[in-house]
Amino acid sequence: MDQIIVQILNGLDKGSAYALIALGLTLIFGTLGVVNFAHGALFMMGAFCAVVTSKILSSSHKVVDETRTDFLGNPLEVDVFYVQDWFGQAAGAAIMDWAVPLAILVSIPFMILLGFVMERGLIKHFYKRPHADQILVTFGLAIVLGEVIKYYFGANPIQTPAPDALNGRVDFGVWLGYGPNVVVYPMWRLVYFFFSGAIIASVFAFLQFTTFGMVVRAGMADRETVGLLGIDIDKRFTFMFGLAAAVAGIAGVMYAPIVSPAYTMGMDWLVLSFVVVVVGGMGSLPGAVLAGFVLGIIESFASMPAVVNLLPGINQIVIYVVAIAILLIRPRGLMGRKGVMED
Amino acid sequence: MSKSNFTRRGVLKTGAVAGAGLTLPTYLRADGHTGFTNAPGDSEVVLGFNVPQTGPYADEGADELRAYELAVEHLNGGGDGGMLSTFSSKVLDGTGILGREVKYVTGDTQTKSDAARASARSMIEKDGAIMITGGSSSGVAVAVQALCQEAGVIFMAGLTHSNDTTGKDRKANGFRHFFNSYMTGAALAPVLAAQYGTDRKAYHLTADYNWGYTTEEAIKASTEAMGWETVNSVKTPLTQTDFSSYIAPVLNSGADVLVLNHYGGNMINSLTSAVQFGLREAQANGQNFEIVVPLYSRLMARGAGENVKGIFGSTNWHWSLQDEGSQAFVRSFGTKYGFPPSQAAHTTYVQTLLYADAVTRAGSFAPCAVAEALEDFEFDGMGNGKTLYRGDDHQCFKDVLVVKGKENPESEFDLLEVVEVTPVDQVMYDPAHPQMGGAEATLGECNNGA
Amino acid sequence: MLGLDKKDSTLMLVVIGLVIFAPFLLNPFPEGSAMAQFNAGYPDLMQRFVIFGILAIGFNILFGLTGYLSFGHAAFLGVGSYAAIWSLKLFTLNVIPAILFAIIVGGFFAWVIGKISLKRSGIYFSILTLAFAQMSFAMAYSVLTPLTGGETGLQIKNTDNPLIGGPTDGSIGRANLFGAEMGNSFELNLGNWVFTFNLGYYIAALAMIAAFYLSIRIFRSPFGIMLRAVKSNQNRMNYTGLTPKVYTLYAFVISGMYAGLAGGLMVAMDTQVGPERMFWTASGEIVIMTILGGAGTLIGPVLGAGSIKYMENILSKINKDVLHQWFAFLPDGLEDAMVVFADIFVGKQWHFTLGIVFMLVVIFLPGGLVEGAQRLSARFGRKKKTDTTDTAASTPAE
Repeated sequence: MDQIIVQILNGLDKGSAYALIALGLTLIFGTLGVVNFAHGALFMMGAFCAVVTSKILSSSHKVVDETRTDFLGNPLEVDVFYVQDWFGQAAGAAIMDWAVPLAILVSIPFMILLGFVMERGLIKHFYKRPHADQILVTFGLAIVLGEVIKYYFGANPIQTPAPDALNGRVDFGVWLGYGPNVVVYPMWRLVYFFFSGAIIASVFAFLQFTTFGMVVRAGMADRETVGLLGIDIDKRFTFMFGLAAAVAGIAGVMYAPIVSPAYTMGMDWLVLSFVVVVVGGMGSLPGAVLAGFVLGIIESFASMPAVVNLLPGINQIVIYVVAIAILLIRPRGLMGRKGVMED
Repeated sequence: MSKSNFTRRGVLKTGAVAGAGLTLPTYLRADGHTGFTNAPGDSEVVLGFNVPQTGPYADEGADELRAYELAVEHLNGGGDGGMLSTFSSKVLDGTGILGREVKYVTGDTQTKSDAARASARSMIEKDGAIMITGGSSSGVAVAVQALCQEAGVIFMAGLTHSNDTTGKDRKANGFRHFFNSYMTGAALAPVLAAQYGTDRKAYHLTADYNWGYTTEEAIKASTEAMGWETVNSVKTPLTQTDFSSYIAPVLNSGADVLVLNHYGGNMINSLTSAVQFGLREAQANGQNFEIVVPLYSRLMARGAGENVKGIFGSTNWHWSLQDEGSQAFVRSFGTKYGFPPSQAAHTTYVQTLLYADAVTRAGSFAPCAVAEALEDFEFDGMGNGKTLYRGDDHQCFKDVLVVKGKENPESEFDLLEVVEVTPVDQVMYDPAHPQMGGAEATLGECNNGA
Repeated sequence: MLGLDKKDSTLMLVVIGLVIFAPFLLNPFPEGSAMAQFNAGYPDLMQRFVIFGILAIGFNILFGLTGYLSFGHAAFLGVGSYAAIWSLKLFTLNVIPAILFAIIVGGFFAWVIGKISLKRSGIYFSILTLAFAQMSFAMAYSVLTPLTGGETGLQIKNTDNPLIGGPTDGSIGRANLFGAEMGNSFELNLGNWVFTFNLGYYIAALAMIAAFYLSIRIFRSPFGIMLRAVKSNQNRMNYTGLTPKVYTLYAFVISGMYAGLAGGLMVAMDTQVGPERMFWTASGEIVIMTILGGAGTLIGPVLGAGSIKYMENILSKINKDVLHQWFAFLPDGLEDAMVVFADIFVGKQWHFTLGIVFMLVVIFLPGGLVEGAQRLSARFGRKKKTDTTDTAASTPAE
């Protein structure tokens, strides 16, 4: 039983990452009708916002330490961090320690800007083009973004730890009446889960309760009519693209301490996020979120040793088996709308 | 139609035929006068460096390429000569190989066997490469080794650690300097037993592919011989990035040691998950919980950051070694590139030198002659102490380094410290060892191609 | 000619000519010159051009005509390859049974997957095919290791003992056609040029010409018109009493057989197979090849396949050393600057160029490379040339 609780937590955690990415992807599908193969790359860019922020905050200058030598036998150059020069030892160390949360502040404007540039500069011209063309152009863009990151940061994953204060663990079991150390869960993963929940809730609230959101929802349902009403739906759609990019970006920033960012992660997430979106049903935001959590939890259960030993290899394919089953039982995924991307 | 399986452009580039002008078509017999694939001309010889330049192992590949360039420079008499001066065999004199200037071509394996073979074939067919070397995964190494066997060129494996490369998939034209899973197990187990005691229960997480299997098998066998018990072993998909669902059950499984048979990004992420779940601070069966990473590399250790501190593993070579050969290599590499070389760089550098040396001693580029010169060749001064290139399976036998993550690193490169140098006798095995494909595994006949 | 109209005959003849003279056309630069780096006329790459050409032609029959975007086509390539290598290992080293076996297995696998996936359309169909292909990849990589060799894949070994005519001297068997090995080449040396005529290439080329011919016939047949009807209006088809799903399934199986053929040929030319041949990136590559060249056109997919394989194999091999040779004529400072600049696009950064090319082509040539060729010929055009490309482009993507 305790194992099941842990795996549910794992599933919720994975699910929230899936849900965040799928949410952004669906926003772009639903509002703009664009198949965005660069969405995984946006997630990666977010994760690298965390890397860059932490690099900037820990930028340093060299001071030669005569007492020690480096690997070639020359005097060792010791890194001295600027933030520590400016704010003192303790405050400087704290700032570097909190790089990942601080990166959120950096990533939001950056990702929105990136989204605007992408939409205005590229995607806009592809609204009327076939989906195949959209796939090709966004896939090209994803490759280019990945290669730019590889050029500057190399291919190996880069460790981006969470702040020490949030690096501990929460002993869940004690609250539930188990002994100590039976159900422990990393604190940062809980933070991630609640944070994702907050983001998802605010996106829904934004679409539900603001006039802007209402117009966008109307545009999703019937773009032409809304345009005829004299509303500049294009401008709003640009903003939606920026929003989707920011959601993917924040998901990436917060995910950096869980899985070390590498330039390949964009492509790693691409396929999975499409599976999640489609299983959720095209054009349905709640569907995307639901599918994210469902697949996350199922994947976690399938990775339990008891399950893997019973059915070897099930952990490799479970997502796809479930996806196929759902799509065969429910023609348009969990909550898909009729006629969206069905031709 | 002549029977040439692979062309030999190398000859044509420099040979007299090239200047013949628009005469009648010449029908070439590739085995005309040389008797082997891609026999080099009189002035230069082409080597093919086939490394991953895109994909997850691109950094390892880049480091291998740096080492190759350095080796070529040294062979051609440039730079400070690196290990040429410390190498026990003294036939290399900085005038290229057999008086021919060393040229090279590079390619991208993408860490995919198809792409690696395409790249190797283009080197052989188009560029006239006489030897192919490189790679940073066992799948690629086995695939390219089989190709070289077929084409009749020598393959000097780069970073490949699976037993199979010189085990069940060994080939007469293929040679490996890097150590393997068996040696890791044999070297690591006694150290682990000494550190953590013999009453331990291990839990294996294993990457679900060939290298993972052989490593798990080797570690299990050698730790069980020390009295350890294996509680469970779970296979994880290669493409997995978040290992939480595999790590979470470990703590209450009755195990007190976690063995991560993972490499590269897998290892960085699984170790990160393990640390996040508090395994390093945990207690189990009244002992401290421990984590072991069988195969370490410095580039990986860097990716895993703080998490590697105090964790045991093994490695083929480390730049902090104090012997003459290692120091010479680190000096020339560090001077040229500004940072110390990785173990991948070391093994590829040594492989290139060993090849050049074997050709020189054989007095011929013919693969079979080179293979004969490499077989049962004993050498020293290349950073691993006395080393034997065993003729039975073309595997190098040398001391194995047991390392652990350093507690107080002095620089961004100073991440591992050598705990013990396991003597070569302890990691020796029979060529027909069951882990190596048993009695069925044979090298086959060496192939000169053409 | 052979049931083709005049335009199609011309196109067919052009393709046959290009394929036969490829060893000349792809090796325009003399050996040893700086430009020789760009020569593509060596057996491995020529074989890959035609094999991936076949794959893309087959994919185009499904996608170009019916509009059904399969995102798991590499699975058929993969199973075809496994079938072929087992045939070489167990049955005979002759490539013909291996290739036939690959086609059959590829087609059967496509029938099974198609039967299920075609219950849905649009992106739901795409994801179903993707899911099946990813499952095949994951199983081949891990659980099915005894059957697929896992990560290290399968090669012919000296211990293999095929039923008919294996080597008796303990050497490693080679794929052959009634004794003539695929690697057999004949080299023609003209001045500074070397042209390689490789048996394997011509066998693969023959297969591609046949595949291309069949594809023209399908495009022009009543069946092809049915397939186009599937794309334009399924409802209307239903009302007229036709069952679009049946036609689509036929197209799916045919394109699966094309993929099986490509897989079989790949193994025949280079006797090894690894599971990453079925990974989703491989499926994606097929889609990209087709769109890049021009989906729905006859010749486009072949162009797309050729250009991607060319970049993969040629650009990735240009390293800094080569660049230094190229720019050696410049003054030192300028040479270094040029090398640093050019290095961004080649060698280990070849993916970057690939991404940029994808974007540029799709932005400026909505019809793919075929449209580029069309525009070029319209500009410099001789009438005749325009004719062929018109035919090729007469069935635009969507």
